[in-house]
Amino acid sequence: MEPLLHLENCSLNIDGRQILNNLNLSVKEGTIHSILGSNAAGKSSLAYLIMGCCDYSVDKGKIYFAGKEITNLPISKRAKMGITLAWQEPARFEGLKVRDYISVGMRKVDEYLIEEALREVLLEPKDYLDREVDKSLSGGERKRIELASVFAMHPKLAILDEPDSGIDILALDNIINIIKGLKKQGSTIILITHREEVAQIADITSLMCSGMVVKEGSPQEMSKYFKEKCVPCPTKTFPQEENI
Amino acid sequence: MQDYQLILEAYNRSGGDVSVFKQSNMAHLVVHKNKVIGMNSVKGLVLIPKEKEYGIEATIVVEKGVRIENMVHLCFGILPKEGIQEIYMKVRVEDGGGIKLLAHCVFPNAVKIIHRMQADIDIGNNSYYEYNEVHFHGEEGGVEVIPKAKIKMGKNSSLVTNFSLLKGRVGYFDLDYESEIRDNSTLEMTAKIYGYGDDRIKIREVGHLLGKGSKGVIKSRVAVRDNAISEIINELNATAPEAKGHVDCIEIIQGNAQAKAIPIVNVTNEFAKVTHEAAIGRVDKKQVETLMARGLEEEEAIDIVVRGMLK
Repeated sequence: MEPLLHLENCSLNIDGRQILNNLNLSVKEGTIHSILGSNAAGKSSLAYLIMGCCDYSVDKGKIYFAGKEITNLPISKRAKMGITLAWQEPARFEGLKVRDYISVGMRKVDEYLIEEALREVLLEPKDYLDREVDKSLSGGERKRIELASVFAMHPKLAILDEPDSGIDILALDNIINIIKGLKKQGSTIILITHREEVAQIADITSLMCSGMVVKEGSPQEMSKYFKEKCVPCPTKTFPQEENI
Repeated sequence: MQDYQLILEAYNRSGGDVSVFKQSNMAHLVVHKNKVIGMNSVKGLVLIPKEKEYGIEATIVVEKGVRIENMVHLCFGILPKEGIQEIYMKVRVEDGGGIKLLAHCVFPNAVKIIHRMQADIDIGNNSYYEYNEVHFHGEEGGVEVIPKAKIKMGKNSSLVTNFSLLKGRVGYFDLDYESEIRDNSTLEMTAKIYGYGDDRIKIREVGHLLGKGSKGVIKSRVAVRDNAISEIINELNATAPEAKGHVDCIEIIQGNAQAKAIPIVNVTNEFAKVTHEAAIGRVDKKQVETLMARGLEEEEAIDIVVRGMLK
């Protein structure tokens, strides 16, 4: 079966620094695909590259989504095809109400569905709908609202860049349930996380090192491998064949 | 009669609710050029307009201890393409009094219009005064708006001013508000403006925190695009103990627009404190990309960010 997303030999260079290096990745439809790797492995850059963010255009390689090449498409076109991204540190918007923020990605604005999306992330709609998506919200609240907006969009592919960062341990189960809920509603998920308990819900895990996907397997296998071989990193700068 | 209807129509288009002019318990004043074409007052409020050659002189007095329950609505406008309107307002809020005003200034067909306003405002002790001004201009950009205000406030009182010019072209705009704040009184001044084409925007808002425990916030939100130019001076002077203030200016520029922010904080008492923040730049890339990642085009995303900031 053709993957929903396929990256073929993608390289990315920013200001003379090689961020991604001949990266190959295939994501199957309907799966939770987690990305594991140490800091600066290129995980967030991969997320921005797939979304098509400014400054994250491939130097070489191709990106395919649902059988169509999207390598040179801008963000909004990719979003209209069903790709979206939840940023690790979501932006804040002065003057924009939570209600309006969540509705931005909805094909048809429906108050009930906006409220449902907030309930999904355990936020009481009456307490949040008329609040602004600004600095009056805590980091954790902002993360939840970001996930609610992704949920309301019903994307084909949701890229979640560390949805669990800045979330207290008690709320972790909720984040896991939100991700599972996204899958249940039909979204495919690319999940970037450092938390083992969150990564375990993935169907498959890719291990990244120095801008490459170096290994793939079950989350349990990859987590074990990562702890044994990558912490601390034996090569510092580049993956060695014997370590892969 | 026709002028009255047309002014109300423009008032409605600027976001005003015309039904307020039919309610006997709500004070209002409607002025077209130099003619008073509608007026109502309520108990405890003295409202005396005098027609002059190019506008009106209005005396507004809130009597001692009277808190005007409903918002007082003012509407100033010029319907033809050209004209001059000069409004002189003398406002006095006597001790213990309070009033909230909403003024709509409408120039829907402006090609060459000058609108000057001079307000002398005296707010007593234990009083409040809130003045909201909304402008609606046409698309020609031929409006000169020059509002000036000198405000003196007593003890334990509050002053709020909100100015917004978000519909139609700004034209030439030169706002100058200066206020003196006494013991335990508070000041909040906010201006929000969206300029484009060859609009010129100058804002000077000054607060003198003269009284012990006085507080002030001056906030500006300005967006300029095309060849528009803005210059914002926000100034807070704290000379009394326990005076506190904050100056906050954000300007967004697009295209060939130019923006200048000059925050001035002047503290001459060791027990006073004034802070400031100012930011000028293009629309935040992450905000725009976040909205684009939900399916908006870049222009739509920028519009949401800018309008949100100005809301």
